[in-house]
Amino acid sequence: MDADSMKLLASALAIGLGAIGPGIGIGILGGKAMEAIGRNPEAEAKIRTNMILAIAFAEAIAIYALVIALIIQFV
Amino acid sequence: MVHISLSGEVLFHLGSLPVTNTLLTTWLVMLFIIVSSVLILSTYKLMPTKSQIVVESLVYGLYSMFESILGKSTSKFYPLLATLFIFIMFCNWSGLLPGVGTIGIKKSEQTLTHAYAPIAYAASETRQEPQTENNNPKTKATTHTQEDSSAKRSERPFDIPLFRAPTADLNTTLALSLIAMAMMQFWGMQMLGSLTYIGKFITFSSPINFFVGILELLSEFGKIISFAFRLFGNIFAGEVLLVIIAALIPLIAPIPFLGLEIFVGVIQALVFAMLLAVFLSLATTKAQH
Repeated sequence: MDADSMKLLASALAIGLGAIGPGIGIGILGGKAMEAIGRNPEAEAKIRTNMILAIAFAEAIAIYALVIALIIQFV
Repeated sequence: MVHISLSGEVLFHLGSLPVTNTLLTTWLVMLFIIVSSVLILSTYKLMPTKSQIVVESLVYGLYSMFESILGKSTSKFYPLLATLFIFIMFCNWSGLLPGVGTIGIKKSEQTLTHAYAPIAYAASETRQEPQTENNNPKTKATTHTQEDSSAKRSERPFDIPLFRAPTADLNTTLALSLIAMAMMQFWGMQMLGSLTYIGKFITFSSPINFFVGILELLSEFGKIISFAFRLFGNIFAGEVLLVIIAALIPLIAPIPFLGLEIFVGVIQALVFAMLLAVFLSLATTKAQH
């Protein structure tokens, strides 16, 4: 296997595997937020704000994986 | 073959400062924000005009959002937080304007397109020596000029775009993240006292607290990296996504992705400011026991 093929494989694997964890994490966050809103519809604005904050943290991990994939591919 | 560049491309030099296309767009965004703010403030009436209502509701909305996180010390931190939000939002949106990324200039052969020799050129030069046995048609020339590779890689009528979204350059996001973190340390020391603040990180009261303090110190550096890369990754990935989609199915398929990028631009600016607000409220409260 020459270096160029390994590059393609590496960048695909980096983002593919790197997006599994954050995907599951964001799904769990969203589900729990929906439950919380269902139990207490008055606190919807607070729950929504904190949910977006937590989703940003989880998404950042996927972004790290994407940056590595882009670096492998283009640098 | 679409051309995607990870770093900003150098347009010209001001003395010894290389001016990249992202720096040029940063200046234009700054000009826009400053001029519009001065114009709106200069005609400030007691009975507000429509544009004044928009700006006032934006400012007040942001203030009430930060007030729910920060409480009493909101007015002290508000200028930095609101400026970061507005600047980052307009920077993110500037990458979606028509003409940004599609209007470019041609570079003469002698000048570099990057501020430094890109790593890809260095790597391919060292690869050429051991592979002299292979009949690789790419390594016909012994010298590897930059004009050759840039002509092979892109089929655009220009070499480098004149404008580019500022936050799609890691320099901008790293600078914003360093400013945010430095101000956080400064305000933490100012409001708690320097010794109390450093005592959060380096404390000898018990072994557990000592290790927790060391972990807190490491996570401070982790926050700098995560701020920079979250914003950079989102905007740069959006840029790459738009380029690839436009190369595949032009004119129709990019429409929903442009809408997504508008949304992502606002959300990333919001997340940057809110995350900073949360960290500020943590940094300026006394350690709980």
